[in-house]
Amino acid sequence: MTSTIRRRAAGALVLAAAAATVLAGCGSGSGSGGASGKPSKTVTVVSHDSFAASKSVLAQFTKETGYTVKVLRGGDAGAAVNQAILTKDDPRGDVFFGVDNTLLSRALDNGLFDPYTAKGLDQVPADVQLDAAKHRVTPIDTGDVCVNYDRGYFSSHHLAPPQTFADLVKPQYKNLLVTENVSTSSPGLAFLLGTIATYGDQHWQTYWKQLKANGVKVVDSWEQAYDSDFSGSAAGRKAGGDRPLTVSYASSPPAEVVGVNPPPAQSPVGVSTGTCFRQIEFAGLLHGAKNPAGGKAFIDFMLSKTFQQDMPLQMYVDPVVKGAKEPAVFTKYGAKIAHPTTLPPATIADRRDDWVKTWNSLVL
Amino acid sequence: MRAALVRGGLAAVPLAFFAAFFAYPVAAIVGRGLREGGHWHLGRIGDVLGDGSVRHVLWFTCWQAAASTALTLAVALPAAYVFARLDFPGKRVLRAVVTVPFVLPTVVAGSAFLALLGRGGLTDSLFGVRLDTSVWAILIAHVFFNYAVVVRTVGGLWAQLDPRQEEAARMLGAGRLTAFRRVVLPALAPSVAAAAVMVYLFTFTSFGVVQILGGPTRATLEVEIYRQTAEIFDLPTAAVLTLVQFVAVAAILAVHAWTLRRRESALRLVDAGATGHRPRGGERALLAGVLAVVAVLILLPLGVLAARSFDGPHGYGLDFYRALGSVGDDSTFLVPPVQAVGNSLRYAAVAALIALVIGGLAAAALTRRAGRLMRGFDALLMLPLGTSAVTVGFGFLISLDKPPLDLRDSWLLVPLAQALVGVPFVVRVMLPVLRAVDQRLREAAAVLGASPARVWREIDLPMAARAAGVAAGFAFAVSLGEFGATVFIARPDSPTLPVAVARLLGRAGGTNYGQAMALSTVLMVVCAVCLLILEVPLSSRAATRTPAVPGTPPGDGPAADPAAPRTAPTREEVLR
Repeated sequence: MTSTIRRRAAGALVLAAAAATVLAGCGSGSGSGGASGKPSKTVTVVSHDSFAASKSVLAQFTKETGYTVKVLRGGDAGAAVNQAILTKDDPRGDVFFGVDNTLLSRALDNGLFDPYTAKGLDQVPADVQLDAAKHRVTPIDTGDVCVNYDRGYFSSHHLAPPQTFADLVKPQYKNLLVTENVSTSSPGLAFLLGTIATYGDQHWQTYWKQLKANGVKVVDSWEQAYDSDFSGSAAGRKAGGDRPLTVSYASSPPAEVVGVNPPPAQSPVGVSTGTCFRQIEFAGLLHGAKNPAGGKAFIDFMLSKTFQQDMPLQMYVDPVVKGAKEPAVFTKYGAKIAHPTTLPPATIADRRDDWVKTWNSLVL
Repeated sequence: MRAALVRGGLAAVPLAFFAAFFAYPVAAIVGRGLREGGHWHLGRIGDVLGDGSVRHVLWFTCWQAAASTALTLAVALPAAYVFARLDFPGKRVLRAVVTVPFVLPTVVAGSAFLALLGRGGLTDSLFGVRLDTSVWAILIAHVFFNYAVVVRTVGGLWAQLDPRQEEAARMLGAGRLTAFRRVVLPALAPSVAAAAVMVYLFTFTSFGVVQILGGPTRATLEVEIYRQTAEIFDLPTAAVLTLVQFVAVAAILAVHAWTLRRRESALRLVDAGATGHRPRGGERALLAGVLAVVAVLILLPLGVLAARSFDGPHGYGLDFYRALGSVGDDSTFLVPPVQAVGNSLRYAAVAALIALVIGGLAAAALTRRAGRLMRGFDALLMLPLGTSAVTVGFGFLISLDKPPLDLRDSWLLVPLAQALVGVPFVVRVMLPVLRAVDQRLREAAAVLGASPARVWREIDLPMAARAAGVAAGFAFAVSLGEFGATVFIARPDSPTLPVAVARLLGRAGGTNYGQAMALSTVLMVVCAVCLLILEVPLSSRAATRTPAVPGTPPGDGPAADPAAPRTAPTREEVLR
């Protein structure tokens, strides 16, 4: 009797010891990339949950440089940047991708990146190079947050869709727009920044009062606005969405068409091209990277045509490199935004908190 | 003396677990917020608490949680009885199905819920009432999510209560209500309180439901902590809010402990398989009522989700499921569903195992009521339920980064974070049952020469096996659906089902949305099937195993077969 119990106790001990070994093994086995002295053959890319690339494209990087890519994703763009800042003394990877112009100052002020001038930067327009003096970050892609409209609604109501911020407060568009909470949604914040860029720090509040009087609806997330309340998206139609205007991306129209067979003549979603705010996403070499050479190679690669032309369908963003071709579905169904609004990252960093607070008390 | 040592030894493992994977990470992130340049900045506490909007958020968080808990208890307690005591066809499957909401990503379930309460929904078309922007939507959705917590926690014990006590009271002249109030309710009180405190903590930290159904004007403390940590990066404010959350949760736990202290008593526990009976008289109406509630509150939203997954561009069909099949061919972003199912099952199995071991040891240590220290330990185990996922996630990141606990890039972080939420369930489900075991049984076994370990194995374990099955099911379901903490732990790519659903939902386009619905449906089915599989062997083992008190023949027949006539002696009788 007692012996069986002892045997079991011994068994449990062995099990616990084994578990401890596994734990310890996991601990020491990972994350120690280049500590062993010889140069590591792995490049670790830290990013947000939306980072995507084709396997074949990453395989080509490995073929060209000999480095394999490991991707760590965590949370949305804001959470990923904050995690990177928290771990800046012992960074988790070599390259960070996905800090945009609304978060750029926070990343730079915290000394997250080492300067690196990427090969191919001369092919990137100057207006997206927001750290041109020091090259701590390299622009990789742009995306525009714009009002989207339900084509079907406006044609059946014989109404011209709104094209500008000023249009949105007109009486014919009363109770048609659903947007996102600026404190919980990044397109929501971008839309607010677009109105501030247009009307200035003095007058944006007046504009939002008019917008509120015109029946703007606010929900907490993009998913809710686009997939549930917006009548133009396939999901919104199913959910009985009754708002033909929403704040989404300039790339939503092609996204609505991808996978639809046979392809329609027009996307059911249109873009109000005068309501856009440009988001620019950057990559940077993390300060204290274990494999800086590999990190630099990956940043160079992100500016290559191969990667740039892969991005649109993977992440629904636009390439920044001149001459990078967009896939047919983008050129056919997408909207070209000639004059998006924008604000300097330093201004956004300084004023963001106040703006969000003011917006909260004004609109909610 | 020896008992105290044993108890201390049992408590040591869970204590170490909580110290390493909860207290230390949370202290690290709070410390990062409140310490700057080597000095504590406690003045921030006053600043934050002085802010009217923070107080408003705190008030809303507390009262909506209390209201949700009351409503959940009111709706789910009759169901706990029905599932515990009445036999009806499809009961087992239905019990698994009511747990499904629990694992669904709130984004998905929330949107399905809009079909019930929102525009064009059931309440809209029947009564012209839209509840989607009212606080009722939050409360009802909380019932939807937490229904199973009450049904399983309370029902687990209820099924094992000896019905003959109630019958005796009736025989002695007590009315049905009096018998319930005087006999059943006191016996159930600990598990009702346990369920209530879990529902409270869950709704206290509610995030997605409040976001989707509450509209932008309503926010819980959890939303605020998320914003301050992940968006605004104001760690000092987030730290203070985390402390506020701790105080609020600790207060609730204190109330919980206080109400329980005198309530728990040894009960006559019998085999769960033997207490069920076919509904008779008024019970048929009760059963019908409960089934109607389940149909409207749970099956309807789940059905809406499933229907959307089949509602393709060319009418109803398997288009989205086919599209899922091609997912991941040439992208690092989307994973093939089979792989996501595999990841989810692997994480959930490991997390459930950790939770069962840690929670089981803790419950064993807490079985005999003891001094203030042990009560504090009990409360400590509950704290993770009331802690923001982002706090834990970020805490892991900055604290588990040095040897010997360098787990930053390890896949184990995910099940560890999930187990933190699973352990309280295991403890709360097992403890009422373990404490109900008659102390004299243990004493008798000890007198007959069994060591404490053997007493536990031979007396407590068989009695608790059913509870362990329920607890394991919970821990498994919790980790299957867990999204909060895992999404904040940047990790090498092995997305779970909820993460894969969220990725699909984050993209525009009907195909992506349809695939998200299809994958959610897969998640529902996986969850239901796993719960069925997980509970069958555990509960049938509970039915066949008899405590091997010397002199008892092993595996006596009647209890092994739930359909056997209930006139057969129950285990309790065999024991005595």
